[in-house]
Amino acid sequence: MSMQSDLHIDVQDLTFHRGDRTIFNRLSLSIQRGKITAIMGPSGTGKTTLLKLIGGQLRPHDGSVIVDGSNVHTLSRKALFALRAKMGMLFQSGALFTDMSVAENVAFPLRVHTNLPDSAVDDLVLMKLNAVGLRGAFQLRPAELSGGMARRAALARAIALDPEILMYDEPFAGQDPIAMGVLINLISRLNKALGHTSVIVSHDIQETLSIADHVYLISDGKVLSQGTPSQLLASNDPRVVQFMKGEPDGPVPFHYPAPSFEDQLFKGVEQ
Amino acid sequence: MIHYLQQLGASVLNRIAGLGRAGQLLGQALIAKPAPLIMFPLLIRQLYFIGVLSLVIIVVSGLFIGMVLGLQGYTILVDYGSEQAVGQMVALSLVRELAPVVTALLFAGRAGSAVTAEIGLMKATEQLASYEMIGVDPMRRIMAPRLWAGFISMPILSMIFAIVGIWGGSLVAVDWLGIFSGSFWANMQASVSFSNDVGNGIIKSLVFGFVVIWIAVFQGNDCVPTSEGISQATTRTVVYSSLAILGLDFLLTAMMFGEL
Repeated sequence: MSMQSDLHIDVQDLTFHRGDRTIFNRLSLSIQRGKITAIMGPSGTGKTTLLKLIGGQLRPHDGSVIVDGSNVHTLSRKALFALRAKMGMLFQSGALFTDMSVAENVAFPLRVHTNLPDSAVDDLVLMKLNAVGLRGAFQLRPAELSGGMARRAALARAIALDPEILMYDEPFAGQDPIAMGVLINLISRLNKALGHTSVIVSHDIQETLSIADHVYLISDGKVLSQGTPSQLLASNDPRVVQFMKGEPDGPVPFHYPAPSFEDQLFKGVEQ
Repeated sequence: MIHYLQQLGASVLNRIAGLGRAGQLLGQALIAKPAPLIMFPLLIRQLYFIGVLSLVIIVVSGLFIGMVLGLQGYTILVDYGSEQAVGQMVALSLVRELAPVVTALLFAGRAGSAVTAEIGLMKATEQLASYEMIGVDPMRRIMAPRLWAGFISMPILSMIFAIVGIWGGSLVAVDWLGIFSGSFWANMQASVSFSNDVGNGIIKSLVFGFVVIWIAVFQGNDCVPTSEGISQATTRTVVYSSLAILGLDFLLTAMMFGEL
């Protein structure tokens, strides 16, 4: 197969501003079909924004996002919703529907997009919940779940329809070590078994590198570096080294842009 | 000076853009292929939350306002020896003005604010974004049933308000103050016209219901998704709705009864 047909998501010269701040400045990256692509970078670099741009929830100021050959931001509303039915997204907060139980949440995409009989929907729901270890929690309300459990329930909902593209927004944050191991395993198994394209946004380096096929490192609205996990670990670029090893001092600033400490101390916070 | 002009211009532009977004919301939510099997259960649920749960406050307020009208009407009219006209006064003031206006004000406070807060919180917790990513249009799934439920329940609530109010008026005037019940009801029947008074009252409540629920849904969907933003949006719903109700009431009254 040629490289071109392997391309599932193609982000070209994407520019996005939030107020006066430029989040992305002509960002380009390509995500291969059936692979796990990780997008990493310091917090505040707009990783979640990138997922929302790919899902068509935000409009870029310039550039384009091509998913499966169609430009997400020029599609009609109807076509966009049809495209989204092929995408699954795991939100950072889980974003479970609070007026439904866990099982109803997982069943929701199945009921909306398929004509399966109730018994088949129930079986599928239990299978998905079993995969994330929450089969016993099917009756609970989202408010009764812990943060990590809510995220896992949301993952079960995201994979309910076996989407072609799965986008994970910080899947590992707030998980205990056992759940973390299961999740890593699950993401990688889902990818291998179903062959869907996975995009993981995260800054948990060890966990992400252990399953990613390709990694993009984003900083200052641009791709800082990219490659396989081993290529990035072997990189000599001081900015890459700093991020991979988690060092506070280096070319990538830890601090949000600020005037000199001395000036600010004299001025105080109240302008 | 230039700075203030700039600010003024920006705020006017923002308001116009807001109106545009509100119109867009209405179009996206209401203009679509009907899907009764999906929509009907959602609509019933919202009719319960928006309509049925508002009944208590509407019935209690209607009762007391009718009783006050009966009492005030009697004390004034008895000086002129025309206390039999209390029935007519209670019925006309309720059906023409008080029922649509007070119901709409209470409806904005109870149901409108709840709708805004609910949608705002759904936005803040990414539930709306979640619907979008599942491939379900939140305009159709969340906004449309709430809009329809508001349109449907407001005129019914207003009629219930008027009926309970008239009953409250008769309770005070006939049962307590001793006006002859025959003249109380006969006067009312003779002076209240169905098309002019009752019909116009229903038209008013339809307009108010439309405006209140539209403002409520729009403010919820358009809020800044933070706790502060939701609280401001809820306040705006109640303030804008109340102003719109009172302003529109004057316009509608002038159009309906202006030639009298």
